[in-house]
Amino acid sequence: MTINVKVMERPISEVSYVRATLSGLALTLKHMVSPHKVTLQYPDEKWDISPRWRGTHRMLTTEDGDSKCVACGLCPTVCPANCIKLVPGEDEAGNRYPLVFEIDEFRCIFCGYCQEVCPEEAIHLGRHYENAEFSRSKFVYDLERLTAQTHPVSTLWDPADPRGE
Amino acid sequence: MLDQSQLEMAFLPFLLATIVKMIAMFSLYMVSVAYTTFAERKISAWIQDRHGPNRVGPWGIFQVLADGVKNFTKEESMPGGVNKPLFVIAPALAFIPALMAWAVIPFAAPLPTPWGRVDMVVADMPIGFLFTLAITSLGVYGIVLAGWASNNKYALLGGLRSSAQMVSYEISMGMATVCVLLVAGNVSLTRIIDQQVYLGWNAGVLSVAAFIFLVAAFAETNRVPFDLPEAESELIAGYHSEYSAMKFSMFPISEYANMITASGMFVTLFLGGWDIPFTHWDNFGAVTLGKFVATFAMFVAKVIFFVFFYIWVRWTLPRFRYDQLMSLGWKIMLPTALAYVVIVASSILALDMAGLARGRMFGLAMFGLNVVLFVILFFILDRGRIVSPAASRLDRARLAHLRAQAQNRATLNPKEIR
Repeated sequence: MTINVKVMERPISEVSYVRATLSGLALTLKHMVSPHKVTLQYPDEKWDISPRWRGTHRMLTTEDGDSKCVACGLCPTVCPANCIKLVPGEDEAGNRYPLVFEIDEFRCIFCGYCQEVCPEEAIHLGRHYENAEFSRSKFVYDLERLTAQTHPVSTLWDPADPRGE
Repeated sequence: MLDQSQLEMAFLPFLLATIVKMIAMFSLYMVSVAYTTFAERKISAWIQDRHGPNRVGPWGIFQVLADGVKNFTKEESMPGGVNKPLFVIAPALAFIPALMAWAVIPFAAPLPTPWGRVDMVVADMPIGFLFTLAITSLGVYGIVLAGWASNNKYALLGGLRSSAQMVSYEISMGMATVCVLLVAGNVSLTRIIDQQVYLGWNAGVLSVAAFIFLVAAFAETNRVPFDLPEAESELIAGYHSEYSAMKFSMFPISEYANMITASGMFVTLFLGGWDIPFTHWDNFGAVTLGKFVATFAMFVAKVIFFVFFYIWVRWTLPRFRYDQLMSLGWKIMLPTALAYVVIVASSILALDMAGLARGRMFGLAMFGLNVVLFVILFFILDRGRIVSPAASRLDRARLAHLRAQAQNRATLNPKEIR
């Protein structure tokens, strides 16, 4: 059985394999000698990430090193992925603080609602993406880990300043 | 007549020199094969505006060692239902012919040694070229047996394609080299190089044959645009789908080995081998170490250029469709090669009868003829669509009829069609 292929009538200059081959070879040679390469040498060079980049979380601290969190419970409520575990506590003076504050980064969808809803500007998403770990359990970030992280934090989109100017 | 001791005196240096040459060429060849894989990765990267491997050692030059270690330490899997002896031996069968063909290729001017002159070819066979034809044809067995022994339909299809393709293009390749043998009047590769020194390189004297040989060599080595046996879009990886670790690695190695051998053959047959162009100081007079080094460098440079050309073409051209491949091989290349053999044979006869000695003028006359033929050939090739199957050429009336049929079908009730 022969293969029936419909052949369109086209001008010779368009169907010439010889000319197409030569121009193709010229093109690839031009790219080969061109010093402009698009690869980023990743561990040595890194992209500038957006100020609105939403990466793994970070808890900001007060000047004496405690977390700013007042355990109000807004972030576990607003979290659409249900990844924040918060157990509130209260000291003698009546100040609320989180006894347990854990974020499961595998469940998190990095929507940024927790940062948006936080009245104390305590929990933030980080401008950070190098998150590799050797075990899955390491991806549940506890309060100690969240406060210890130092990477820059995300600036969420501000409706009053939509272009971030 | 030599007596026994004289014979031993003559034979021992020859034996030693041959062993040394074998070991040296084998190591050099294997290192070149390894670095050809590296060159392929680097050049493909540059063509695609990337950097390529650059982490292992300066500019990534030790990448080949890392690849080798990786391939040796990976798990070897043996799929169920394979024909074990053939499955194991096929990678070796693919590689050995490429290596063996290299034995008869002269790679430099003779080297003077205290024990006499040593020819820089591992085996200076009087039937050199016939040997390469016989050996390179064996290369197809590795691929076909790999495909067949794998017990995998895609692998089998890859192997079948490869055998059909190699058989088709080997004929054109053989016909193209018949012209070289006609001009040289000899099948020894050393004599063919000598002939090119006197006449000018065969790339000029027999440029159409050189072109056919080059295209056929691409098909013989299963390189793009003729890499149908491993067409990954259709056949997964073709004949080596079922292979893993070093057994798999032998197939790419044999592909690169074939590439180097085909480049070496092209250089020897059409580009004067180790001859340095525009000078004769390397060809005549006493053999010296300087000549050896210069001619060897020249040979290596030519081979490297063609290996580069292979890689360059691979990252430029798309793959042929299978019917196009067969159509090109049987309907265009074979008739062209056959016609060219007739033209070359008759023009050699005519030039000999005209009393022209085999020399510069003979070469120039042949070159003039070839320029004319080359222009005609490329004019025809440039008409486009040369590789379409004849069955695909629908005439306009038939096309209109088919369109009308399709139109009717669209307006019919679907139930009626059923």
